Amino acid sequence: MRAVGVILAIVVALALQTTLARYMVRGTVAIDLVLVAVVYVALTYGPTTGLLSGTVAGLFQDALSSPVIGIGGLAKTVVGFLAGVIGTQFIVSQPLPRFVVFFGASALHAAIFMGLYTLLDIRHFGTPYGVVAGQSTANALVGVVAFQVVELLPGAVERRRAAKTRLRR
Amino acid sequence: MALSDIRQHSGYLFLAVVVGHVLLISAQVSSRSGVPVLEAVTFGVFSEVQRTLSGGFSGVRNVWDSYVGLRHVKAENDDLKRRLAAAEIAVQEQRALADRARGLQKLLDLHDRLELATTGAEIIGAAASPDFRTLTVDKGTRDGVRPDMAVIAPAGIVGRVVVPSARSAKVQLLIDRNAAAGVIVERTRAQGVVVGGGDDRLQMQYVSEASDVAVGDLVVTSGIDTIYPKGLAVGRVELVEKNGPAFKRIVVKPAVDFRQLEEVLIVLTPTPAKEAAAGVSE
Repeated sequence: MRAVGVILAIVVALALQTTLARYMVRGTVAIDLVLVAVVYVALTYGPTTGLLSGTVAGLFQDALSSPVIGIGGLAKTVVGFLAGVIGTQFIVSQPLPRFVVFFGASALHAAIFMGLYTLLDIRHFGTPYGVVAGQSTANALVGVVAFQVVELLPGAVERRRAAKTRLRR
Repeated sequence: MALSDIRQHSGYLFLAVVVGHVLLISAQVSSRSGVPVLEAVTFGVFSEVQRTLSGGFSGVRNVWDSYVGLRHVKAENDDLKRRLAAAEIAVQEQRALADRARGLQKLLDLHDRLELATTGAEIIGAAASPDFRTLTVDKGTRDGVRPDMAVIAPAGIVGRVVVPSARSAKVQLLIDRNAAAGVIVERTRAQGVVVGGGDDRLQMQYVSEASDVAVGDLVVTSGIDTIYPKGLAVGRVELVEKNGPAFKRIVVKPAVDFRQLEEVLIVLTPTPAKEAAAGVSE
């Protein structure tokens, strides 16, 4: 059941990414929804699920848009594993710690991704500090909001039901 | 080994997966000739998903538009106002149809003007990663599309085909970091190469410091790259700066607005330079 949920989350993120990215061609700040999904899964289910979901999502993303398959996969595997380890070793249940984890994960992903491309002399990124900071902030905001929505939605529905029941009495 | 054992040894699993990735990357980097089979197959399968999604989104949008229109009509009690609202909606639809027809007319005009064999294609998806600037179009090898064919729009060049599947193709936009095209400045014939930067501007490189290039100059394709036909608009010079003792730093604003693209033309005819190169190799 968990595997189905994880795969579904990655597929939905990938589908949204390929649909919404069309409207975000201009500008340098682009959200990586697949990365957000991987970190979310890692924080929720731990390092093993995190690294496996990172591998699957990264390889799929590479196969769709990268000239070398494996670089994005490796970056997302490392990020998924480390986010999972952090999720099991520390209490990451408040928006601020989650923001820090998402931000750090995005920055680490960019460092591995761009570093490997530069190291292999396939493409060069100049001085992308501003772009990486923007992307990391945007990813972190989306990740924190996703957590809040998933956690608060069932409670809100329950409260609404309870209020309706009181009114009937 | 049970699933719980794997979870307890996640460190070993992590190492194994990382080593697997390194091997995978190494295999590709050492033999980077042509499109990897895995990439082509995965892209082919997923482009079908993109096609379905694109259709699904259009359907949802249509349903939503209809719902909004219905609420608007219900809110109107006066018959005259209701008819007026319906007429306004009809006018908007006609205007949208006219806009689309004008866009297609422009494509048709370009098709006639070029005297090249082209095929029209609709955009059905975008890149899976924000680090790459690619689009997916609904024409593939069944329609004669091959790698390195030029993709153009009425305003200018869009990019080139990188991975065609049977019924769709991935197009690398000119603004992608890995994209480049041979160009000349139309006014002075100064030659150079434009390369993408990953954002919405192009860099024109290898232009001599002595060359005459000014802001506002039109940059067109030179045809020497064997991909793009000669004389197609690339963009206009937006910034010219001194860049060291030998070259200028030139920023070009693309002629094509990549966010507004809905249809494109794929040039099926090989450029003269490509034909010449093929003749030499034979």
